[in-house]
Amino acid sequence: MKNKFIYLAIIAAGFASCEPEFEKEVGATYTSGEADFTSYVAVGNSLTAGYMDGTVSRVGQTYSYPNLLAQQFALVGGGAFTQPSFAEDVNNLGGIQGLTGTRLVINASVGGVQPIAGSPTITLTPQAMAYNNMGVPGAKSFHLLAPGYGSAANLLLGRANPYFVRHATSSSATVIGDAMTKNPTFFTNWIGANDVLAYATSGGTMPDNPLTTTVDESVMSANDHNTTGNINPLTYGPNDITNTNLYESTYRNMINTLTNGGAKGVVCTIPSVTSIPYFTTVPFAPLSPTALGGATTIATLNAQLYGPLDAIFTALGEPNRVNPLSATSANPILIFDADALDRTAQITGALSGTLGVPTATAFGMVFGKARQATAADLVVLTASSVIGTPNASSPSPLININGVSYPMANKWVLTATEKTKVANATTAYNASIRSIAATKNLAVADMNTIMIQLVSGLRIETGQVYTANYFSGSATEGLVLFSLDGVHPNARGYAVITNEIIKVINAHYKSNLPLHNPSYFPGINIVGSN
Amino acid sequence: MRKLLSLTLLALASSTAFAGGYRVSIQGQKQLAMGHTGVAVVNSAEVAFFNPAGMAYLDKKFNFSFGGNALFAKTKFQNSQYNWESSTENLGTPFSLYATYKVNKWLTAGLAVYTPYGSSVEWDQDWQGAHLVNNIDLSAIFVQPSVSIRVGEHFSIGGGPIFATGSVNFNRNVAINPLLSVNGSGTDVTLDAKGITAWGYTAGFMFNPSKKLRIGMNYRSKIIMEARDGDANFNDVPAFASTTPTLQNTTFNADLPLPAELTVGLSYKISDKWLFAFDYNRAMWSVYKALNVDFLNPDGTIRNSSNNARNYQNSSTYRLGTQYVANDKFTFRAGWYFDESPVQDGYFAPETPRNDSMGYTGGLTYKVNSKLGVDFSFLYLHFDEVDNSYNHYQENGNTLPFGGTYKSVVFSPGVGITYGF
Repeated sequence: MKNKFIYLAIIAAGFASCEPEFEKEVGATYTSGEADFTSYVAVGNSLTAGYMDGTVSRVGQTYSYPNLLAQQFALVGGGAFTQPSFAEDVNNLGGIQGLTGTRLVINASVGGVQPIAGSPTITLTPQAMAYNNMGVPGAKSFHLLAPGYGSAANLLLGRANPYFVRHATSSSATVIGDAMTKNPTFFTNWIGANDVLAYATSGGTMPDNPLTTTVDESVMSANDHNTTGNINPLTYGPNDITNTNLYESTYRNMINTLTNGGAKGVVCTIPSVTSIPYFTTVPFAPLSPTALGGATTIATLNAQLYGPLDAIFTALGEPNRVNPLSATSANPILIFDADALDRTAQITGALSGTLGVPTATAFGMVFGKARQATAADLVVLTASSVIGTPNASSPSPLININGVSYPMANKWVLTATEKTKVANATTAYNASIRSIAATKNLAVADMNTIMIQLVSGLRIETGQVYTANYFSGSATEGLVLFSLDGVHPNARGYAVITNEIIKVINAHYKSNLPLHNPSYFPGINIVGSN
Repeated sequence: MRKLLSLTLLALASSTAFAGGYRVSIQGQKQLAMGHTGVAVVNSAEVAFFNPAGMAYLDKKFNFSFGGNALFAKTKFQNSQYNWESSTENLGTPFSLYATYKVNKWLTAGLAVYTPYGSSVEWDQDWQGAHLVNNIDLSAIFVQPSVSIRVGEHFSIGGGPIFATGSVNFNRNVAINPLLSVNGSGTDVTLDAKGITAWGYTAGFMFNPSKKLRIGMNYRSKIIMEARDGDANFNDVPAFASTTPTLQNTTFNADLPLPAELTVGLSYKISDKWLFAFDYNRAMWSVYKALNVDFLNPDGTIRNSSNNARNYQNSSTYRLGTQYVANDKFTFRAGWYFDESPVQDGYFAPETPRNDSMGYTGGLTYKVNSKLGVDFSFLYLHFDEVDNSYNHYQENGNTLPFGGTYKSVVFSPGVGITYGF
């Protein structure tokens, strides 16, 4: 009988160490398939760098899609993944000392978007080091092949990029050249958005050149080099649209280099940049009768400005260029359209009798290329703080309210014509990406499709629906994939992007990599006070 | 290895149970060792729980049983879509105390104190399912005075009121969204209620058509544990949300049903040494529709509510047990049962991660003398691994399912004493 006790004791001890075991432990199910993730290199722009809320910050960078991808690659033999050092950003403020401001946050005490308090601690101190993440914020396609893009000396000439200055291995290094020193076995390449984005976000205008103090270039139109036919990027303005032939040859060159050592990879198409909240948040017709000041004000505006303008344009065969303001429904803003027919002389002539020549001339100059915005125009996000405010350039306080009695400047609106230029270039770039990828049998992640889905609401694998909505209060915070700059995704958005790339890798390279669950990633950053 | 152990245990035989939901079927060492059968078994004072009607058939004038178990429950969770892994290991200590006293030939009185419901789950704080549960500790003690009345030679009835007292402590994160967190710790709420009391009853009969065969039936009523003015405390609330009304510490009301259970069964004595028993339990889990927590304003009105669908279904348990009296000193027991989970697909919440299970039980009694015996029991509960999810969690108007693969192991050694004269 004593033996029985021992028997029981042994069994009890056996069960005490008994652990639940899965038939297949989760880690054992992941495979790299035909891909080799030993050395993964990401090339691209701000989207690759983990840029969000208007900057790269130490914490924001950890949510870059290449870093999120690398976490999954590490499960199936992926090697170390390095990113440019942001250790200087001790307080996670982002920005670059003396160049750009801190990251954007929502200040809950006032409810608005503000740069977080403090000064950037990130400097241009050269790290002279190649990293696995070679995403350079602001880079266009041809920049990745441009020697000296990381030269501090070139920075003053506008030919270099402060982010690349921080880590270029030499003053003559190229982004792709530095990337190749990592001997990639796998790469992602997502470049080209800035080849149209700068044009779009600037409303198709040039940036003011601080070196030419006598000229304000920001009222001049930027160039679409598909119209000019110019394929020399050295002559391009910062906001110009890159010629599609130049894009194609640049892209082919880049892919040839990246695949030189047999690397496999994923290329990402260029999203339809005009789908992003930066262009979809501010409506073209935000002027409600109340916002305009009520019926009396509207009647005055119609009598003194909209009525006469409508009469002049109608007489010239453009009956809908300007219509009287409605006292019952929201009205479109008045904009400057660089592509509109110039009616300066006609307006001056028509109004000279009633206003006198000097005033009529001023009216002609202000409204010669004016029109009311339509649903086909996109008002940029930053215009929201300009509409309805007085314009200092106005010749008279009677016609000085932006968007109401003074046309919104070119840079605040991406007109339908400008939008078409962007769309045409994007389509051509994406055609190039696909055809070049096909020649190397690379996987293609269709970010354009993803971004278009965002407009109607993207349903991800968990059933959750995300929208491109700009932040509209804490109740919708969980739905938002874009950061407060309105252009770049937030951490959650980068997780969604990472998942799309993982799905493409799994399908194309027959690997099995796990996804990230975007619900568990932060969205908008909110602080109690600032 | 696991199979071998299971078979070994089956050979040892005796019963116990860890039923679906938060029912813990460990109400006596002898009967646990017999697959937790007992509605038609007259072995010891344990019958005061299994079927008070059977108390009348106990030979001795006074019977006393006391015992307890160490209940080890381990659950692992994984999700291959997102490479998630987590686990919970918990120790429970169910106990029971029974006494019967034969007042006269037809009347026996008894007292039963036992812990039929409980759940203790502790995942890592802020794990992926933290929005459903970080940890829960649920316990209830039943105190049941009862009488058994013998109606002639072959038939008896029995029953009595049940006084239940319980407590609950529950913690979960208020959102998946990491916006609600402080330094990576998610904003969470702890619900704590102690001293919850409620009343119920038990009633049954036992019929002995022959000296060898007993037939029994027992019904235990449902008991709704109504937590009132429990404490709801929020932790790790970020500064920007510090004045959010729904994140202020307050009190709460919630009801947790302990379902009714109907048991029918029989036992058959093949010889002086061998006894076989079969029980069928039907637990009326459909009473557990939802876990609704009402957070209160200071004036007692409802500030906001958290509604969590459960939709449990009634479930059955099938139990087999046997007992072999080897000699004056030793009696051996073994048992097996199949326990259906009340949790439906899509309602598999990690606070009670239980699917269907099979219990293997064994045990023995060593009689020190004619009055005193020492009882040992052992339970091993086998769960198949299961892919399931909870699909009824909402955040920001989106339904966010949470699921994966769960695998549980439960085992429980127990010891007790039996005394009678």
